[in-house]
Amino acid sequence: MIEFKDVTKIYPGSDRPALQNLSLQITKGEFVFLVGPSGAGKSTLIKLFFREQLPTKGEILFDGKNIALLEKSALLKHRRQIGMVFQDFRLLKQKTVFENVAFALEVLGKSPAEIQEKVPLTLAKVGLTGKENAFPAELSGGEQQRVGVARALVKDPTILIADEPTGNLDRDTSWQLMELFSAINESGTTVIIATHAWDVVDRMQKRVIALAEGSLIRDELRGSYNDQH
Amino acid sequence: MININSLKYCLRQSTVSLKRNFWLAAVTSAIIAVSLAILGGFLLLAVNVGQFVTSVEENVEIGVFLQADADAEKIGEQLSNLAGVESIAFVSRDEGLNTLAKSLGDEVLLSGLAGEDNPLPDAYRVKVTDVALVSTLTDSIRTIPGVELADYGEELVNRLLKITNWLNTLFVGISILLALGAIFLIVTTIRLSVLARSEEISIMKYLGASDWFIRFPFLLEGVAMGWVGTLFSTASLAFIYRKLAVTLQQDAFAFFLRPVTALDKLLPIFLGLLLLGTLMGGVGSLISIRKYLKV
Ligand SMILES: Nc1ncnc2c1ncn2[C@@H]1O[C@H](COP(=O)(O)OP(=O)(O)OP(=O)(O)O)[C@@H](O)[C@H]1O
Ligand SMILES: [Mg+2]
Repeated sequence: MIEFKDVTKIYPGSDRPALQNLSLQITKGEFVFLVGPSGAGKSTLIKLFFREQLPTKGEILFDGKNIALLEKSALLKHRRQIGMVFQDFRLLKQKTVFENVAFALEVLGKSPAEIQEKVPLTLAKVGLTGKENAFPAELSGGEQQRVGVARALVKDPTILIADEPTGNLDRDTSWQLMELFSAINESGTTVIIATHAWDVVDRMQKRVIALAEGSLIRDELRGSYNDQH
Repeated sequence: MININSLKYCLRQSTVSLKRNFWLAAVTSAIIAVSLAILGGFLLLAVNVGQFVTSVEENVEIGVFLQADADAEKIGEQLSNLAGVESIAFVSRDEGLNTLAKSLGDEVLLSGLAGEDNPLPDAYRVKVTDVALVSTLTDSIRTIPGVELADYGEELVNRLLKITNWLNTLFVGISILLALGAIFLIVTTIRLSVLARSEEISIMKYLGASDWFIRFPFLLEGVAMGWVGTLFSTASLAFIYRKLAVTLQQDAFAFFLRPVTALDKLLPIFLGLLLLGTLMGGVGSLISIRKYLKV
C-alpha cells in the first residue's frame, strides 16, 4: 500500500541527494526496520511519506494515490492515518500523561466522552495505567516514550512510524519498547521504525530496509542490521 | 469542519493564552482603544463639521445690488435663468432699509433716510444649488448689465471649504497611522502567544490538526483584544460626546454649533468602530500566524 517509485530528494541548497532513485513497497500489516548510517536518508524517507517534504523526482503512492497530488483535506486524512513517534518524545511538559494523549484526539475534534473512553484503554495498552496524572518530567525515559506511543496510537492509525524511538533510551528499555511495537503490529497496524539499535534489529528478525548515502542497498524479509553475506 | 468540540477547545486555548499574556494583551487592547477613540473622535468631528458646512451652504446667498435706473424685472429673469441658481428673492430698497434698521436696532436713526433719501439700491438675494458654484456664478452675475454689485461671504465660504478639506486629509492620515500602529501591536502580541505555543503547534501538525484548528485560537485572541479595545473606546467616546453635546446645546454662545445627535448618523460610526476593531484584531493575528502554517 506504500510505494516509492524512483524517488529522489535533493534539499534546496544541497548538491548531494538525501535520497536517490529509491524504489520500494511496504504492504499493509508489515513490520519494517529502516537502517543505515547517519545521513543515509531514513528521516528524509519518513518526511516524504508524511508529506512534510515533497520529492524532487519520482512518486510516492499510498493506496494507489500519488500523495504529492492530495488536496488539503485529503492530505489531512492521509496524515491522520499515520501515528508518529519521535526520538525526543515531544511531549508537552505542562500537560499530564492523560492530557498529552487526549491532545491527539482533541485536535481531531473528538468528543470528551470518546476521549474519556479511549485514553485509558490506550494507556493500558502501553502499560502506563496508574500514571495518568503524572507530568512528563516525573517519568523515566522509557515511560515518556510510551506516552509518545500512546499519543500516536490513540487515534487508531493504520501506520505507526517511529524515527529512532529508542535513540535516547538504554538497551533494556529499548528492547521493552520494541516488544510494544511488535505487539501493536500484531494487532494489525503497519509499523515502520528507523533505528540504529542494531542488536534489537538482529534479534527481532523482521524486514530490514538498509539505506546508505540515499540509496537502497539491502531489503530483506528477515534481515539483520549489517549485511550477513 | 466546524465541530462543537473543536470550538470549545479553541475558546479554551485563547482564554489560556490571554491569561498568560494578560498585561501585554491589556496594553494592546488599550492602544486599540486609544486609536479607535481618536478615530471615532475624528469621525464625530467630521460628521459635525459636515453638518455645519451644510447649514452654511444652505444659507449662502449672493447679494445682487442693482443700479438705480436698472430694469429690476428683466434682471430678475436673467438671474433665474442662470445655471446653478436655486431661487431668487427681490428685496426692494425700502425693505432693505427696514432690515438694516432692525439689525442695527436703531429704527429711529434711519427713519430719516426713508423714501427718496434712501441710499440703498434695489437688490436680489440669490440662492445657489451648490456652494462650489457660488464664486463663478457671482462672476457671471457681475457681467449682467444693470448690476451694480454682486457679493457673497467669499472669505467665510472659502475658508470653510479649505478647513474641511484639510481636516479630511488629516483625519484620513492620522487614522491610517493609528490603525497600522494598533495592528502592529496585535501582531506582536499574537506572535508572542504563537511562540509560547510553537512546540504545541508543531506537534499538532504531526497529529493531523487542520490549519483552521491551529489558527482559530489565535484569531479569537486577536479579535477578543480588538473587541475589548473597541468596547472601551466606544463607551468612553459615547460618554464624552454626550457630555459635550449637552454642554453645547445649553451654551447660548455656541448656538451656531448644533451638535449632531441623530442616532441614524451616530450609530454607523459606533458600529463601524466595532467592525474595525474586530477586523484589526483578526488581520493582526492572521499576519502573525501565516508563516506558521506552512508544512
Ligand atoms: N532540512 C534539510 N535541509 C537540507 N539538508 C537536509 C535536511 N534534512 C536532512 N538533510 C540532509 O539529508 C541527508 C539525509 O538526512 P536524514 O536526516 O534523512 O538522514 P538519517 O538517515 O535520518 O540520519 P540520522 O541517522 O542521523 O538521523 C543528510 O545529508 C542531511 O544533511
Ligand atoms: Mg534521522
